[in-house]
Amino acid sequence: MQSQLIDAFKKIVGPDHVLTSKEELLCYSYDATPGFANLPDLVVAPANTQEVSRVMTLANSEGIPVYPRGSGTNLSGGTVPMKGGIVLLMTRLGSIVNIDAANLVATAEPGVIVADLNKAVEEYGLIYPPDPGTVATATLGGTVSENAGGLRGLKYGVSKHYVMGLEVVLADGTILNTGGKNVKDVAGYDLTKLFTGSEGTLGVITKIIVKLVPAPEARKAMMAVFSDLDNAGRAIAAIIANKIIPATLEILDNATIRTVEEYAKVGLPTAAEAVLLIEVDGIPEVVEKEAGKVFEVLNANGADEIRLAKDAAERDKIWAARRAALPALAKLRPTTFVEDATVPRSEVPAMIRAVNEAAAKYNVTIGTFGHAGDGNLHPTIVCDLRDAEEMERVYKAMDEIFATAIKLGGTLSGEHGIGIGKLKYMEDQFGAAGMQAMRAIKKALDPKCILNPGKLVGEC
Amino acid sequence: MSKDKALLADIEDAIANCMKCGNCMEVCPIYKELQNETAVARGKLALIEAVLQGRSDISAGFDKRMAMCVSCKACTAKCPCGVKADELILRGRQAAVKARGLHPVKKYVFKLLANRTLFDLALRMAGLFGPLQMKKLPGNLAVVARFPMPGLDRRRVLAPFAATPLRSRYPETITVARPKMKVAFFTGCTINYVYTDIGQAVIDVLKANDIEITLPPLQHCCGTPVHMSGDADLARLFAKHNIETFERAGADYIVAACGSCAEAFKLEYPELFRDDPVMHARAEKLAAKTFEISEFLVDVVKFRRDNLGEVPSTVTMHDPCHMARGIKVTGQPREILKAIPGVKLVEMKQPDRCCGAGGSFSLANYELSRKINDRKIADIAATDADTVATSCGSCRMHIIDGLVQNKQDRRCLHTVQLLAQAYAAGKG
Repeated sequence: MQSQLIDAFKKIVGPDHVLTSKEELLCYSYDATPGFANLPDLVVAPANTQEVSRVMTLANSEGIPVYPRGSGTNLSGGTVPMKGGIVLLMTRLGSIVNIDAANLVATAEPGVIVADLNKAVEEYGLIYPPDPGTVATATLGGTVSENAGGLRGLKYGVSKHYVMGLEVVLADGTILNTGGKNVKDVAGYDLTKLFTGSEGTLGVITKIIVKLVPAPEARKAMMAVFSDLDNAGRAIAAIIANKIIPATLEILDNATIRTVEEYAKVGLPTAAEAVLLIEVDGIPEVVEKEAGKVFEVLNANGADEIRLAKDAAERDKIWAARRAALPALAKLRPTTFVEDATVPRSEVPAMIRAVNEAAAKYNVTIGTFGHAGDGNLHPTIVCDLRDAEEMERVYKAMDEIFATAIKLGGTLSGEHGIGIGKLKYMEDQFGAAGMQAMRAIKKALDPKCILNPGKLVGEC
Repeated sequence: MSKDKALLADIEDAIANCMKCGNCMEVCPIYKELQNETAVARGKLALIEAVLQGRSDISAGFDKRMAMCVSCKACTAKCPCGVKADELILRGRQAAVKARGLHPVKKYVFKLLANRTLFDLALRMAGLFGPLQMKKLPGNLAVVARFPMPGLDRRRVLAPFAATPLRSRYPETITVARPKMKVAFFTGCTINYVYTDIGQAVIDVLKANDIEITLPPLQHCCGTPVHMSGDADLARLFAKHNIETFERAGADYIVAACGSCAEAFKLEYPELFRDDPVMHARAEKLAAKTFEISEFLVDVVKFRRDNLGEVPSTVTMHDPCHMARGIKVTGQPREILKAIPGVKLVEMKQPDRCCGAGGSFSLANYELSRKINDRKIADIAATDADTVATSCGSCRMHIIDGLVQNKQDRRCLHTVQLLAQAYAAGKG
């Protein structure tokens, strides 16, 4: 990039907040997605909405690609600067503007770490439910842009269910406000939802109004072991059919069970085809009643063993198994792909079988765990990126997994987003018309295609 | 293969294990302050990876980024993939030393440090003439510079060099009436030349437990500062010297009163000689009988509790990084504190979070290490303890500096000093 242009960006955000050294550029060339990296020309870290707007105005007039980025923990290649240009680092916009307990909303800047927001609202007895595995590192802006979910998705939904309003800087620097604090608000197109999950391709989010909910008073966790995967599938369906919506309903498949047990020794039966981990939360009396009902349902559907957590320590032990799933799998091999193919919950056993078949067919190692209750599975493929032959098999297995998910009426992504990693499958899910509609939106808001170009809807 | 790449080739597999999840961002004290990806382990390992892939080389910038680490090991403890990031960053430093040489100031200091006699003379002189350049502050063992000195922030509060080093105050062997064992005390530089009060407390406490003490006169710096700067060859010289010295001492146990010094004997020395089976075996043998003082008192000696007098104070505990995540000793100092009548232990938030000292890191990056330390001081203040107990001279110095800078009237002591006070009170 010409030095005059770099100087112009330095003038906007201050010289200390434009990074140009080779080492710094290398450190912003990747995110948490294996296999994608590219050097940006510079990293620009604005401090406020006005600076973001001025950076965008200049970048737009010069046609420079801009890649908004929070902590860079996403799993879809969403923040990798594939075409060079600018990495727009949003972490300096890091304050919680206010917590409005009367209206159960909080207003925060995009650089706030999700866990910090939760700590701040905790004293009001409230929670911000989306809790991806990276809550302690991911930014609110990043999670809203990626529409992140988490363990509590079944009962509480994903990010888009909590975003009530946004301040967004458009590609040309225009500052736009969407939504607000109104619980009921049906005026106009729902631009808030449009920008939420748009992965930085439509605008740069600079302020976020989120809905908060009362923290559950009580929780009860249990674990059920199944020697037959189909019984586990039937139990999942039966729990919901009995009108109980657990906060969390997780599944570990056999490959994951074996790996977790080897690594963490938490007492999982290694022969089991599936383990379900369930937590109900809410008002104490209701929790007791629901836990009892879940126990009955598990029993009636062929659970070989059910462990009910009697206290906090036992609850911790149950969740230790789930927490160990990713680290245990990740330790097997150097490279770890965490996918998030999602299917209607009734299809969970079929999906797990298809993943196992793909693993066997292409001789790759895949452990599947995830949010069984909402059908959002994490087939986790461990391999070595440096082995080209192995990677060819890995990508073939992935193709098959995503094709199956779509065939079962599912979706490419339950909570990680599309980015560049899953771009090639988009047309399979949306068809030509769907893609055309999305590209039309992209072009209307970002005519020069400078915002996170090449991602989500591809070239435009 | 390029020369730079060859220097890192043996850690290529270890680097490939980083899955770039970025969980290290949560715990890295430097990233917390700088918010720059080059500051966190994921970024540093990515730079090493770039050299290995031929996309970059061991540049001045590489060297600078590798140096920007307090070696607190928080990233390693957090890593879901089990990547030992702190060790890999150290390997990055070693490669930088090989490719680019040591920083000229460090080269000069280490040259002095390597010569035991000269080093001893220099620090004795500093003790004698220190008052000419350092002004004493009331209360704590604390001084500030009277005039600007290269490499030292003038605001910074240091500890004065002792007029007489610890080991010159005692005979080589300190006997007791009915010795139940003999311990060789590795004082380390900070305790010998600066915080002699800690050394004295160690000796008093061991004596109170009927333990004979030897202070091997030829003992030398443990080598950690050199090792942490990436000069492995020089670190091996220090290690070899100390191994020989303490083998000759013929004691039942070796005791150190500093997490980093104890870690050098227990973990670093065997690691430094991993390619030399003979030296490795000798290092392992010494490692097995080396203990940090609180670990020794609780696990080996089962220290006397029947003659402890009252030490009325509210104490909060700071766990040095190399205690908590190096030799993993955190329970024992607390057990000592809890045994002392009159001591009320109030835990601070994140007691094992780095205090920002990081050995020579705080000399080169005072502003930054001050910011990290200010968080620690705020956590200390929130407990309203009158005393901070810790197990490392370097932490103690940095915390005292932080207390003075933040105008906090609290003292910072080594845990063993409180125990020594309790034995003294018990006699009265």
